Amino acid sequence: MYSEKVMDHFNNPRNVGEIENASGVGTVGNAKCGDIMRIYLDIDENHVIKDCKFKTFGCGAAVATSSMATELVKGKTVEEAMQVTNKAVMEALDGLPPVKVHCSLLAEEAIHAALWDYAQKNGITIEGLEKPKSDIHEGEEEQQEEY
Amino acid sequence: MNKIIYLDNAATTKTAKEVVDAMLPYFAENYGNASSIYGLGAASKKVMNESREVIAESLGAAPQEIYFTAGGSESDNWALIAAAEAYESKGRHIITSKIEHHAILHTCDYLKKRGFEITYIDVDENGILKLDELKRAIRSDTILISVMFANNEIGTVQPIKEIGEIAKEHGILFHTDAVQAYGHLPINVDEYHIDMLSASAHKINGPKGIGFLYIRKGVKIRSFIHGGQQERSRRAGTENIPGIAGYGAAVKRAMASLEERIKRETELRDYLIERISKEIPYCRLNGDRTKRLPNNVNFSFQFVEGESLLIMLDMKGICASSGSACTSGSLDPSHVLLAIGLPHEIAHGSLRLTLSEENTKEEIDYTVESIKEIVTKLRQMSPLYEDFIKKQQ
Repeated sequence: MYSEKVMDHFNNPRNVGEIENASGVGTVGNAKCGDIMRIYLDIDENHVIKDCKFKTFGCGAAVATSSMATELVKGKTVEEAMQVTNKAVMEALDGLPPVKVHCSLLAEEAIHAALWDYAQKNGITIEGLEKPKSDIHEGEEEQQEEY
Repeated sequence: MNKIIYLDNAATTKTAKEVVDAMLPYFAENYGNASSIYGLGAASKKVMNESREVIAESLGAAPQEIYFTAGGSESDNWALIAAAEAYESKGRHIITSKIEHHAILHTCDYLKKRGFEITYIDVDENGILKLDELKRAIRSDTILISVMFANNEIGTVQPIKEIGEIAKEHGILFHTDAVQAYGHLPINVDEYHIDMLSASAHKINGPKGIGFLYIRKGVKIRSFIHGGQQERSRRAGTENIPGIAGYGAAVKRAMASLEERIKRETELRDYLIERISKEIPYCRLNGDRTKRLPNNVNFSFQFVEGESLLIMLDMKGICASSGSACTSGSLDPSHVLLAIGLPHEIAHGSLRLTLSEENTKEEIDYTVESIKEIVTKLRQMSPLYEDFIKKQQ
């Protein structure tokens, strides 16, 4: 069900871990729904993301999207990192099964949450960045079954 | 290890060689319709009668009480819907449990939309039905009690005899979904006061697409599939003769090895449970320790998500299953794990391993080592574990 790239990033996830005294940390998702992502950013004085690490509790797609998202934002400025959308993550992974698209949204949200934390700590605003939702599943409607 | 270690026998089993051999003559040689008058049809009829007798004998039932279906789900649908319709004049109240298979639960939803009232009885933390609650739920308009013999996820075996006695005392029909139990545990319909029982061939090394519904003589439920005179006009459609031939062979095989298989699987199961409990921290055995299917093991590993665990096991050649939401396409984990009181995040980290007589101790050892390695790896990646460890310091 998963592409080779998803499997690669699941089996050999890049950038797993923590960053001590990180410039920004963001945690999104909830255990109730089965996925939580935490992203750590190390950002220098020129607003460049020097390092990025993650920890994820979740399915194969959740791990793979976290891994890919960290790869995509590394070395970028915070403004450039804002362009790393869930679509960009999905494309870089050669797609995800429809039921797993929310994992890529979660990855985008995790990056944004970490950037928000960084912006808050430094009293700056990042264009286009909004306060992260605490739960990515908010507003998702439950599918009604028909008989 | 290059070969596959199959530990998902509650999902389906390998079709046994003697089962395949029993089926083969009924494709290209004895392909006659069992309803036909000529000799070619008679061969089909003969094997069908033989299979029906073997199955009836295994349950202490009469052959006329066994109706072949396309499998467990059809049997469950039939039992519930047809009983509801037939006994509607007596009442519209049905009692079942919170941990039934979806073939029961979704059929109950269907009946609910058609004006029936359903009471879902709770289970305790090990998945055993609360008999007091069952007794209290019985009303004068209760027409049916349906409780599974053994649970497909956590393997808990229900007090079926007691439930049957309660139903009988109140003159209420008793149906049991025995898909996981039939051929794995001894069942006698009279001893347990069972009025209807669903079973499926592919859970006992038989072919897929064939099952049966036992209906006690005197239970007035009508046809579910309308058409010809097959199955005493209660289940129309040309019989699946190769399937029925295979089912008969599978039951014969399962009943002959029952005692020995229970002993062997129970030993292996207990060894697996013991090793995991002792060697992997922060885990929980789901389901009753002793009142469980001989081949079922179900654990939750805290801070770990089930699908990730399954993919990594698959890469090591181990086939297993999980009650995680991600394996079902919904956001909620298994209703069974929630019903026994597991918090969502722990239910997401469940792993079901279901054995067969072919599994060896070496396979179990390899599986335990693999789970240990994978759980450690996933925990190192888990923010929940990180938070837990930090709190401990």
